[in-house]
Amino acid sequence: MTRTEITLSVNGCQHTLALDPRVTLLDALREVIGLTGAKKGCDRGECGTCTVLVDGRRVYACLTLAVMHDGATVTTVEGLADGTDLHPLQQAFISRDALQCGFCTPGQILSAIGLLAEGRATSEQEIREFMSGNLCRCGAYPNIVAAIRDVAGAQ
Amino acid sequence: MTTQLFGQPVERREDPRLLRGEGRYVDDLGRSAAAAAFVRSPHAHARVLDVDVTGALNVDGLLAVYTFEDLPERVAQPLPLLIPHPALTHPRTQYALARDEINHVGEAVVMVVATDRYRAEDAAERVAVTYEPLAPVVGLEQSEAARTLVHADVPGNRGAHMVQQVGDAPAAIAAAPHRLDFRLDIERSASTPLEGRGVYARWDAQDDSLRVYSSTQTPTGVRAAIAAILELADAKVEVIAPDVGGGFGVKIMHPWPEEILVPWAARTLGREVKWTEDRREHFVAANHERAQEQHVSVGFDDEGRILGLDVTFLHDHGAYTPYGIIVPIITSTQLPGPYRLPAYRVEFSSLYTNTVAVTPYRGAGRPQGVFAMERTVDRIAAHLGLDRTEVRARNFVLPDEMPYDLGLIFQDGRPAIYDSGDFPESLRMLKELIDWDGFTAVRAAAAAEGRRLGIGLGCYVEGTGVGPYEGGHVHVETNGRVMVSTGLSTQGQGHETVFAQIVATELGVPMADVHVTTGDTRRFGYAVGTFASRAAVMSGNAIALAARSVRAKAVKVAADALEANPDDMEIVDGVVRVKGSPADAIPLRQVAVLSNPLRYSFSEEAKAATQFAAPADPDEPPIPRGEAPGLESRDYYSPIRSTFANGMHAVIVEVDPDTAEVKVLRYAVVHDCGNLINPRIVEGQIHGGVAQGVAGALYERMAYDEHGQLLNASFMDFLMPYATEVPRIETAHLQTPSPLNPLGIKGAGEAGVIPGAAAIAAAIEDAEGYPIMRMPLSPDDLFRLRREHAEEAAS
Repeated sequence: MTRTEITLSVNGCQHTLALDPRVTLLDALREVIGLTGAKKGCDRGECGTCTVLVDGRRVYACLTLAVMHDGATVTTVEGLADGTDLHPLQQAFISRDALQCGFCTPGQILSAIGLLAEGRATSEQEIREFMSGNLCRCGAYPNIVAAIRDVAGAQ
Repeated sequence: MTTQLFGQPVERREDPRLLRGEGRYVDDLGRSAAAAAFVRSPHAHARVLDVDVTGALNVDGLLAVYTFEDLPERVAQPLPLLIPHPALTHPRTQYALARDEINHVGEAVVMVVATDRYRAEDAAERVAVTYEPLAPVVGLEQSEAARTLVHADVPGNRGAHMVQQVGDAPAAIAAAPHRLDFRLDIERSASTPLEGRGVYARWDAQDDSLRVYSSTQTPTGVRAAIAAILELADAKVEVIAPDVGGGFGVKIMHPWPEEILVPWAARTLGREVKWTEDRREHFVAANHERAQEQHVSVGFDDEGRILGLDVTFLHDHGAYTPYGIIVPIITSTQLPGPYRLPAYRVEFSSLYTNTVAVTPYRGAGRPQGVFAMERTVDRIAAHLGLDRTEVRARNFVLPDEMPYDLGLIFQDGRPAIYDSGDFPESLRMLKELIDWDGFTAVRAAAAAEGRRLGIGLGCYVEGTGVGPYEGGHVHVETNGRVMVSTGLSTQGQGHETVFAQIVATELGVPMADVHVTTGDTRRFGYAVGTFASRAAVMSGNAIALAARSVRAKAVKVAADALEANPDDMEIVDGVVRVKGSPADAIPLRQVAVLSNPLRYSFSEEAKAATQFAAPADPDEPPIPRGEAPGLESRDYYSPIRSTFANGMHAVIVEVDPDTAEVKVLRYAVVHDCGNLINPRIVEGQIHGGVAQGVAGALYERMAYDEHGQLLNASFMDFLMPYATEVPRIETAHLQTPSPLNPLGIKGAGEAGVIPGAAAIAAAIEDAEGYPIMRMPLSPDDLFRLRREHAEEAAS
């Protein structure tokens, strides 16, 4: 099998990977690098549990091939906390009880970070609209929206 | 001071782990395991003529291809019928791999195992199965007509038929001043947790033992099934539910074919094997629910008091009946809700179709029953021109009638007897919360702007905390850690938090000292599972009882050591002390040392428990008769019958006059689950339930075509609510404690979903001005209904 070599900077660590070209970014993170924070809820870009930041933008890691991102900087949920200090969104999710089973949560957090960076969290309606790519079957949406509002308001 | 933690809205202790990406779900484990993939039937009803695996054999990394012919005798039997019932006269369960007949799209035919999932799927693609398609049976109408049979030996496609009655409903209806007859329909939906199913098995050849991680709601159930089918001793099978990414009912089903096949393959191949369900597989191979056609007859007086109710319904249970007829039994017995029905008759037929099997999804038959009952009450109100809340109030079972015996047999095989509740007070609270009486003005103000609003409500009673039992183990270690375990598993309900609150409160220790494990047969081997809103009631009470025993023992051991009277002792902040004399105190960790007489010391503290360290009565054994070493206790809670929670929802919707879109403007919930252990967690459970209730009313349906193909087997087409569809939810709690259990609690897990479809239907009906008789209702459905009613009005 042909393998393609790429380099990824993931959460500040450099990884050189020799990959089957059909391997998705999500599988490269989970299966090859061993970072299982990003989840596979549908594997076809419909649920958002695999959301990560690639060069600062939120993407569905299941819908893109790893070899397309040679040299990219990737942030996953494992890279957010600073030691024992949680990222403000992680803390807001606790304070607002914005998760139940936790499976969609890494994707929600990364998506919310992307949303804040995009400057699209100016109202509740806007947050709901621009978080609509991240499903939560536990239905924690009211509290997810509240957590994002808290952080947006503090910024 | 130890805080009274029971009842406090403490933050969830599982959150930091999950938020850091440190959750461990099945697919996060076993990175080096071999991967399984399945070849599944593309036909809804077919005969398997030939399976040709030769094309797969040269795929790089292939380890094994298994068909039905490869299965050993015990694995080749039909999977267990989990809940037999006398009324289920024609039960059928599937084979782990299809033998000769396929009964729904998605049924597994071949299992492939390879070094990784990519290769396993490469190989699966190369397996050629030849089918002879048979005519499929899809939908209740076709099934009842029975021109085609799902199983050739099940006449009329009827798996079960059951009647329950109290009084003579047909006679009461015939004699009543008013009578209404109508039909209601509810379509299929499903749990669809974001984490699908998953199984990871490790066979230890040296130890002859098996460890299985499964995304399940019942690890002990899975263990019993695996041990029986793979013919292993229970003690040689460990089943662990790690973090589970949502269950909502579907994961109480067990053993799935994959839960048997993956461990079997691990043992056969002598290596770790993992299977992670993909999304399409979950839609076509994991179970669904809902789907009923109901025929209601009701007789009532001029005041709107129900005199007799007769409901006949058809229940679509899909291709197989592994979970028995629990869902339609729950519909039958929970249908009366908070109302006094002097005469009630309910009859159902549970029918086979060539679709995925039906087993509980959050609510488990209750949303359907509540839909029938609440639609009935609204029809009565409309018929008599009465306020809908007034008709409800006139029919309520009153607080002084508790305990109230429905005269029906509930899903646990025991009488359905309401133990608690104050329905008039709940209704008063709900009307206040949504401002029911002020809605006329709200509607008029909106109408003046050209907007169309409606209000509706739905009431329910929910049997929760069904038996037979759960257990709890509480162990104070000599380092002061309090280790707690219970056998049922967790799918996001915050059990680690609430069980720790219970133990901290009962035992008098800081919550930080309490460590909770759920769903691990290595820690607790006797359990039933997490379903029917039962975990807090069952395991919560079992753990509380165990903690109370530990407390009693701690006080006794400490009293002996301090030469004090046990009645004068208290435990505060992890220290056992004499009341009013804080100097006379021993930390619990030291009590733990003393409670285990030692020959060999292992630490400075442990020396105190050795044979020459402490004076003891030489004429008594070191461990008093009837007692055991260690500061620990195992206890069980086994209730006489279920406890009944209740609630009422009110909703205000806006319907678009042009596009027929329905928007939920306000959603109010009054909820009574007895004493609250943690209001934050209860609130979260309600939010989640309401989201699924709104979904069931407006968005979600399993769209099978006439060939039995599921047309919307993806999250793109099966419309789950996004952040944009779930409204802000206003809640109020009434707490009528259950007299049946020590903590006075009732279940809360399913509550939010139960009356959603009924309440939203009522609100749409109120906005539109004609009856809404089915759920879910898409804008397209509503648009057509509008046109039909406009045409009717015109003719």
